[in-house]
Formats: sequence, structure tokens, C-alpha cells
Amino acid sequence: MYTYRKAYRPFVSPNDPCPPMWVKTYETPPQLYLGFQPYGMPQFPPMEALRWGTLWPALFAPYSNPYKQKRMGGYRWNGQMNGSRYTNS
Amino acid sequence: MWVYEKKLQYPVRVNKCDPRMAKFLIEQYGGADGELAAALRYLNQRYTLPDRVIGIVNDIGTEELAHLEMIATMVYKLTKDATAEQMKEAGLGPHYADHDKALYFHNAAGVPFTATYFNAKGDPITDLYEDIAAEEKARATYQWLINMTDDPDLKDGLQFLREREVVHSQRFREAVEILKEERDAKRLF
Ligand SMILES: [Fe+2]
Repeated sequence: MYTYRKAYRPFVSPNDPCPPMWVKTYETPPQLYLGFQPYGMPQFPPMEALRWGTLWPALFAPYSNPYKQKRMGGYRWNGQMNGSRYTNS
Repeated sequence: MWVYEKKLQYPVRVNKCDPRMAKFLIEQYGGADGELAAALRYLNQRYTLPDRVIGIVNDIGTEELAHLEMIATMVYKLTKDATAEQMKEAGLGPHYADHDKALYFHNAAGVPFTATYFNAKGDPITDLYEDIAAEEKARATYQWLINMTDDPDLKDGLQFLREREVVHSQRFREAVEILKEERDAKRLF
């Protein structure tokens, strides 16, 4: 399973004028990994699909503000259809 | 900073006197998918891409400047000995009226170069996908330029440039793969 947000430690100079951001993040959404979508993948119930914009949990990757997360991880689907579908890795 | 070598990346020879071809080649000089746009696009991305792919845009952006010189040389050779009358006949009258034989950053239709030809979105995947698309568009432009000349020497230079677009596209695709890797995430968390 892939993470949909990656983090890295950028170069930080002792001469930088502002306090450093030690960790920066970027998005790697699910469509980068799926390839040609296979038949028969799990689906959301129709009413949930309508609300979330996709029938496919494997393509559902909501964005959250990375600056407001305590831990800079990525969202990933934990394979479950109910309850908390996403783990913040 | 750059170190300059006073030679072209690949020899540019032009066999046939064909000033009209210069009008078409200028597309790769100051056009949307041309070498100037490519160089500026990649060199500008060096500051904000993740560290692991900065070397790729630095190297390719630098090589695009070398391609820009090759295109400039082709255009120069095709026009340097043309009379005002020949410039007019080649469809370069409007260019001549404004610039004489000076090269100018515009496309084949005479539209001046603009920074809006490329973007810097800040999202690394987005920017690298734009780079891949730009390389494929430049490859296609070289194909159409090759179709418009029967000068084997000019074709040879254009074939080289087209091949480099293939390689650049591949390198950008590899950059995407590098950013998709989980390596850093594992190390950090
Ligand atoms: Fe290129």
C-alpha cells in the first residue's frame, strides 16, 4: 500500500534568514500507482460514492492541510470498507 | 553558475539555401515548446523541487541552453546571406521590417515569447508531468520540422535534437518514479 503524501528533509543552511522548515511534504495521489484499473475492485455504497466523488476506495484520497498536521505523514486506505478507512501513516 | 564551452553540443551543418526554413525553425527558438521555454522551465524548478530530483532539472535545463544555441545557429546560417528581397520571398518580410537579420524570440507565426508558455505549480508531480508533456511536444515539433526540409545536414541536426527530447522525457519519468518511492517516508517515520 502506498502513501499519498511523502515527506523529505530539505537542505537547511545556517545562514537562512527564516526559521527552517525541517520537513517538507508533497502529494503522491493514488492515480500515480494504480496503472490500468483492474476489474472488480471494492466499491463504496452508492450514497457514499456520490458524496466523495468516486466509486472506488482505491482512488479516494482526500487532501488535508499538511501545515496543520502534527505528524507529517500520508493518508492511505487501510483496506476496510467501514469506520476509519484511512490511516495517517 | 555555468562554465561555457565555446562549441556546439552537436555540429550544425546547413546544406541548402532555404531561408523559409528559418521561419519554421524559429518555433523551437521562441515558441511555446521551444528550447528557451524548456531551459527556463527546468532551471526555475530547481529551487522548489524535492532535493532528490533537483540535479535532473539542473542538468536538463542546462542542456536546453545548448540546444537553443544549435537552433540559433541553424536560423542564422539560413538567413545571414539573404537579401531583403529573399527575406520577403521566404515569408520573413515582417521579421525583417522589425529586426533585420537579428534573431528574435517569437514562434513560427511571429508571436513574441511569453512566460505564460510554461508554469511553475509548486506541486512536484504536477511540474514533472508538465516537463514530460513539454518534452513530448518538443519531440513532435522536431518531427514536423524534419518533415518540412529535405536538407540531409539540417535533418541530421534536427534528428539529434529530437533524440535528446526522448532521453529527457525518460529522465523526467524516472524523476516521477523517484518521488513515488516510499524511501524517505520510511526513514522519517
Ligand atoms: Fe529537452
